[in-house]
Amino acid sequence: MNSVKGIKIAVASGKGGTGKTMVATSLAASLEPEHQIQFLDCDVEAPNGHLFLKPVFDREIPAAIYVPEIDTERCTLCGECVKGCTFHALAKVADQILLFPQLCHGCGSCTLLCPENAIIEQPRKVGVLRQGKTEMGTTYLMGELTVSEPMPTPIIHQLKALSVGSQEITILDSPPGASCAVVETLHDADYVILVTEPTPFGLHDLAQMLGILEKIGLPGGIIVNRAGIGDDQVQQFVRSKCYPILLEIPYQRSIAAGLARGDLLVRISPMYRSVFSALFNHIQVSLGRKADSA
Amino acid sequence: MNPHLAEVKQLVVLSGKGGTGKTSISASLVHLASQAMDVAIIDADVDASNLSLVTQADPFEAHAFWGSQSAVIDQNRCSRCGRCFEVCRFSAIEPPGEGQNAFRVRDFLCEGCQACVHQCPEQAVGMQQHQDGEWFQSRTPYGRLMHAELFPGAENSGKLVTLVKQQAKLFAEDNRIPLMIIDGPPGIGCPVISASAGADLALLVAEPGVSGQHDLHRIIQTLSHFQVPMLVTINKVDIYEQGAREIARMARKNGCILGVNIPFDPSIPQAMIQAQSITKYSPDSPASSAVAALWEQIRKILF
Repeated sequence: MNSVKGIKIAVASGKGGTGKTMVATSLAASLEPEHQIQFLDCDVEAPNGHLFLKPVFDREIPAAIYVPEIDTERCTLCGECVKGCTFHALAKVADQILLFPQLCHGCGSCTLLCPENAIIEQPRKVGVLRQGKTEMGTTYLMGELTVSEPMPTPIIHQLKALSVGSQEITILDSPPGASCAVVETLHDADYVILVTEPTPFGLHDLAQMLGILEKIGLPGGIIVNRAGIGDDQVQQFVRSKCYPILLEIPYQRSIAAGLARGDLLVRISPMYRSVFSALFNHIQVSLGRKADSA
Repeated sequence: MNPHLAEVKQLVVLSGKGGTGKTSISASLVHLASQAMDVAIIDADVDASNLSLVTQADPFEAHAFWGSQSAVIDQNRCSRCGRCFEVCRFSAIEPPGEGQNAFRVRDFLCEGCQACVHQCPEQAVGMQQHQDGEWFQSRTPYGRLMHAELFPGAENSGKLVTLVKQQAKLFAEDNRIPLMIIDGPPGIGCPVISASAGADLALLVAEPGVSGQHDLHRIIQTLSHFQVPMLVTINKVDIYEQGAREIARMARKNGCILGVNIPFDPSIPQAMIQAQSITKYSPDSPASSAVAALWEQIRKILF
């Protein structure tokens, strides 16, 4: 294995609104500029990281999936493409092949199946990718799903393709939930930080996320945000599952108000800068990337 | 077609941003609405389905949800040509690692497109069906609840939402239930589009602040595209009052009706721990009074 390989840390949650973006942005802000960082906002349905890290964007690229266009001169209406499309995005109606673009996953199977080479693929824009830099030099990448488009995963896939594998630290801010978009975000991460809150909802959705980590075989640890608002069921559950509790962030109205204004946690409460640095150190040690200096 | 079938009203609760209070508010609306009429209750957040935790749900029926398929390689037939790896656009085929010679399918990345099945010269790739989750019917003191759990990392959340909603709609029509209350998922993508299809009104639960406003704008644009009428309530309104005013201005400009806002109320997580809605747990709390006024607004709009 290459020893200069960068480290990829994903921040995910299951339940929405637990503080993923707060943790991801403050982790980045605590490690820059000493470390080279790239930040990927993979929550392409509701991206918010840029509101806190305030990058200046200098590049915008359309995110597209390649959908079939039928060359009617060549098409013999044999219907092989329609038969082969598992997403029912193609239909033969009277004397033409119709495409339902929002059903197409852009797999390209129809192109390969057409015996007449009558399919040319055309990009269909489903979102945009933006690249920029923060004031402290962190590379910032975000994706944004076009309103009324259903599929976030191709955008996350393309966003990750834009990132640089050799970057020292990559921070991935995941979408909420526990479905395919979350898996697309974190499947190749080295470590996953799960942010939850100490309530029955937080507990239920954390259990879903641990299911994903176990299925893919990813190491991870838990941050309990808004500690004190509920009970200690989450902490008990995490211990029973043998995952570490990395940090508890107590509920404070001043934090809630500061975040609402768009301030970073490490700016509202500067002591968290050293807390997040120590947390990063802990992750490196637990992954065997660094000897325990303590 | 029976004319009374068209009369089931659908209220969907959405937010864009997660964690703004959709489920807590849905549970309270279910509690209040059930005092005035029969309701059918739907949890359409199948990734993080929490409504059953605060509605004293008693599940009496569970069904498997078979949603997706993924490729499997028959290693005895495979000639290691790598054609499957070449055609897969989803990085779902893993080439052999050092010292190995088997191509493998990474199930969790497979979209089920079958490009590899069709292109394999040895016909060594087949498909297997996956159970992606389960859906349930539960009795609650407030009416029938239809809900589901997507298995961790599974696909097809939109399809599962559609299925659960269809079941609820049939139940509502058979029993002449006038109202469906749908607790929706966060975001703006496929499960949100499924949850809001056919809705008569969307209640948008916003949160004051930069993230809340940004994401509310995205869900408003989405619902405007599908022409769903919108009522906006701002939860924890007193956390950041300037932000709340900006949200109200933006919502009004975009054609939303402004609803009664809800103050920050520490008894909301306490109600959750007692497995109840806030209006049942603490009916005189500030949040409960606000939700009661909000329900009256919704009732006037829908009926």
